This record gives sequence, structure tokens and C-alpha cells, in this order.
Amino acid sequence: MALNITENIDGIFQLIGGNFSTAGEASTQLKHKLAEIGVDEEIIRRATIATFEAEMNVIIYAAAGWLHYYITPGSIKIRIEDMGPGIENIELAMQEGYSTAPEWVREMGWGAGMGLPNMKKNSDTFTVDSVVGEGTTVEMVINFP
Amino acid sequence: MTLKKIAEILDATIISDSDDLNVQILNACSADMMSAVLYYHTPNSLLITGLTQPHVIRTAEIAGIKTIVFVLNKKPDALTIDLAKQKKIPLLSTPCCMYTASGRLFSAGLPGCLTK
Repeated sequence: MALNITENIDGIFQLIGGNFSTAGEASTQLKHKLAEIGVDEEIIRRATIATFEAEMNVIIYAAAGWLHYYITPGSIKIRIEDMGPGIENIELAMQEGYSTAPEWVREMGWGAGMGLPNMKKNSDTFTVDSVVGEGTTVEMVINFP
Repeated sequence: MTLKKIAEILDATIISDSDDLNVQILNACSADMMSAVLYYHTPNSLLITGLTQPHVIRTAEIAGIKTIVFVLNKKPDALTIDLAKQKKIPLLSTPCCMYTASGRLFSAGLPGCLTK
């Protein structure tokens, strides 16, 4: 299926911290949106894995957050902003296996220290900015082939 | 390997069915950490896990996992089962522990997601 996008598409989802019952809903809706316009399956897989990891970080750590997406004929950009505790040491947080997640988060299957590395792995461009006590913003771009 | 064959090997009960018991599963991963599933999985795989919450179903959907097996006879709640039905992801429950379930399937020829 060829890419069927004649104009840029954007959207926003609000994320509520601690709301595990709907966790992942924004990412799955984005997945369906990308499939609708004929984005390559491998690109959809990368974009939704990166988005899902970011979405789960907001659900786990923050009070609330927003997930914005911008789809153009050449790429998808995803920006996730949260009102969370912020990341004290981004360099450490980017290391596979490093996690500050409490035990209850690990018991739910998260907090393995793979989230940020997984977002980076699946993005062509990845940036993370964080202010302790204020929140974190992650931006990811995945280029279409 | 088909879902039907997997159920037989694991003495598993089918909690949430599939329209197609002959759907082909190419490989499997065993994990309780969902980020590990997202990091290491390959498409059309089977997930063997001890977690039964709804976000396991969402992880599977995002990762392109075709079937989930819960170990130690664990049964998910109605919310998880409903979500799995909605996403068309069959659920099985086996009395085996994760190690045994993985070993049985590997011995029967179902490879892991990673080659090493």
C-alpha cells in the first residue's frame, strides 16, 4: 500500500498519570492512524514502540502529560511532554538497565531501564530535555523510507 | 508452529480463542518485563509471561505478538480478556512455569526471538 498523505496530519492525546487501565491507548490509536494512511509496517512498529515506551513513562512517573504527533509525507514526529519529577541524570537514564523505578512498577512489568534506550533505538532523531521538579520532554522523529 | 500445537505441548487451556487455531507462530519470547518484550521481540511471535494485566495485551499489540501464554495457571481478569478479544490476541494458560514452558516449546522446534 502506497503512502496516502496529501497534507500534514497532527493530533494530541492527553495522558493521565497512574491510569494503567487505558495505558497504551494513545499509542495504539496512533498505530491505527499510521496504518490508515499506508505507512510502511516496519516504520509503524518503530514509531509505536517508541511512543508506547514514552506513554508508559508518563503513566508511571508523571501526574499528567501530552502526546503530540505530526505526520508529514516524509516523517512522523512525536513529542511527549509531562508534568513529572524530571530526570536528574539523563546520561545515566540513557544507559540500558539503569532505572529508578520503584518496586511496584517493576512488579507490573516496567522499570527495566530499557524505556529511553528503546525510544532512541527506534527513532532516527531523539532528544530528551528534563528539568527536575518540572517535567520531561521527549522528541522523536522517524523518517519514512 | 500452530496455536493448536502450542496448546497441546503446554497442556494449556485456551482462555480467549482465535478464529484460526492454525495461525502460524514463528518464534517465542519469555519475559515479565514489558520493555524487554518491546526491545527484543520479533513480529509474529508468542509471548510467555506471568503478568496478566491489560497493559500486557497492549504491549503485545504494539509489538505485533500474535498469542500470549500465561504460566503457572494464571488467569487474567475480565478486563484483560475483553481487551484481548477486541485486539484478536488469543490467550492461553499453562500449568508449566516459565522455564518449563519455554523449554518444551524450544525442544519442539519453536525458536527464540533472538538467535543467541
